[in-house]
Amino acid sequence: MKNFVPIALKLTNLDTNNKTPKRMTINKKISHSTLTAKNLVVGYTTPVVKGIDLEIQPGKMNILIGSNGCGKSTLLKCLARVLIPISGEVLLNDQNIHSQPAKQVAKIMALLPQGPIAPEGLSVKELVAQGRYPHQSFLKQWSIEDEAAVMQAMQQANITELADSAIAELSGGQRQRCWIAMVLAQQTDIILLDEPTTYLDLKVQVDLLELLTEMAHQHQRTLVIVLHELNIAAAYADHLIMMKEGKIYAQGTAQDVFNAENIASVFGLNAKVITDLESNTLICIPIKKRGHKESL
Amino acid sequence: MKRQQWLGATGISLMCLLLIVALVIHLSIGTKVISISDILHSFYTYNEDNFDHLIIQELRLPRAMIAICVGACLAVAGALMQGVTRNPLSDPSLLGMMTGGALAVVYWSTFVTNASLIWLPVVAAVGALISASIVWNIAARTHGGITPLSLILSGAAFTAFSGALLAIHHLLDEQTFEEMRTWLVGSLLASNIETLYWCIPWIVVGLIGAIVLAPSVTALSMGEEIATGLGINIRRRKWQLLMCIVILTSAAIALAGPLGFIGLVIPHVVRFIVGADYRWIIPYSILLGAVYLLSIDSLARWLIQPQEIATGLITILMGAPLFIWLVKVKVR
Repeated sequence: MKNFVPIALKLTNLDTNNKTPKRMTINKKISHSTLTAKNLVVGYTTPVVKGIDLEIQPGKMNILIGSNGCGKSTLLKCLARVLIPISGEVLLNDQNIHSQPAKQVAKIMALLPQGPIAPEGLSVKELVAQGRYPHQSFLKQWSIEDEAAVMQAMQQANITELADSAIAELSGGQRQRCWIAMVLAQQTDIILLDEPTTYLDLKVQVDLLELLTEMAHQHQRTLVIVLHELNIAAAYADHLIMMKEGKIYAQGTAQDVFNAENIASVFGLNAKVITDLESNTLICIPIKKRGHKESL
Repeated sequence: MKRQQWLGATGISLMCLLLIVALVIHLSIGTKVISISDILHSFYTYNEDNFDHLIIQELRLPRAMIAICVGACLAVAGALMQGVTRNPLSDPSLLGMMTGGALAVVYWSTFVTNASLIWLPVVAAVGALISASIVWNIAARTHGGITPLSLILSGAAFTAFSGALLAIHHLLDEQTFEEMRTWLVGSLLASNIETLYWCIPWIVVGLIGAIVLAPSVTALSMGEEIATGLGINIRRRKWQLLMCIVILTSAAIALAGPLGFIGLVIPHVVRFIVGADYRWIIPYSILLGAVYLLSIDSLARWLIQPQEIATGLITILMGAPLFIWLVKVKVR
């Protein structure tokens, strides 16, 4: 598989008691899969996404923001091949994604859609295990790798102790962790998530994004996330993509593109952007029409 | 997962045991009660001159085999239907196949002179197939294409329409209905082993298809976007699953007429036992459907002997209270 590049690291053991130096081999998974959109037009009856060229940055947090109806979810769905483009194409590893076998694609790219439905009576572990579907066949049902991948995904999403609970009994945040564990168990280079934090408490939102950031930065996965919450997006994005009326308005690091003019233009929101000196993150503060000063 | 597999396998063996018990009961009771040892003898040391052996091998065993096949087919078709449409109230009759099959049989016996009963199963299956393709085409022509909603709605419309045609016919031509009465409520009385022989290949294809496709039904039951993300070609897979449903239901209708309720209730009972994973739901549905119809048919033959009640009626009379009990236990 060309997606896995084993890197042998020779570590000299500094322990003086042990004379022979130990050799350690670490199989580190590095994301090499590329996802690109070429002149993409997508829509239902009329185009919603109107000609987009986009290169997803490998191994980074790619976050899509934009006002309601700007086409960010539609773009994500097309990247995930849920929607077929009207024109243009999505390229996964430089090949048209729609001409590749569905199961092959699912080994490289996973999708967590908005508001997924958990079938009644499914336990957490059973749900996470569904993520192994693309790695299985009728003759190869449940392997040791499958078991290991599920255990690891549950550990990463911190839901190991919930393994036997029913999905229906969990809180919104826990449930979302289970879905994220499911796509992690799929062990793909690329993970697409459509508004994974909507309706969740701020604390839970932050926890989830910390988890996703760890996946990108420590495990070299490529994440593409549609987000609603601007400040969260700015805080966690390595690559921020701002969409307006079906087109990409601006993209780059948060430092480059997350500013008052762009926010005003993309969201029609009158706001100022300040930098928190301690964490060096950008924060957008909407300007009230009748501010404090006037009332004073 | 290992523990679950072990539990699941134990359950399957238990169900097989239950099936054997139900089969023995089915073979033994009737106008003449035949002992277990005689039943066994009729298998191992068959004697043509022994009247009991004849009853078992020529009458009761074929009927039991048909009950097993029909029960399994309908339960699996119902389970697949509920998974694909993500609607717990779906069953094979929702594709209009039951009333469609019935309508075809009624028209055929009215308009074809010298209509021979031998062709009845073929006509029923063809009628069911035509109905399914009509419903399918209506659904495919809607705005969103074949979705759970468009299938259910066009199926409901078609079922109502063909039901009305059936009722008109009933009013105008009582003669035919008198002859078809038992068949129309679903019965194993008139079924014969010949029909089973040419249904078996289809049933095998349908059931194997269901078992092979089962993992993707679980994925589909979590929504089409999740299923796409997991690498399932939605359009092709739904088409394959609907083909399985149509094959299994047509075979069941050919064998036993429009037998309702099994396809609706059995999958729910199975889900109650094994949860929501279709890898288990399908094999359990095969076994439980078979056990259920065998037991129901035993009851149908035993309750008012020497006469018998149409199996289709007992299925519902027993099924409805079972269903209500399930709703009471499950839905809180």
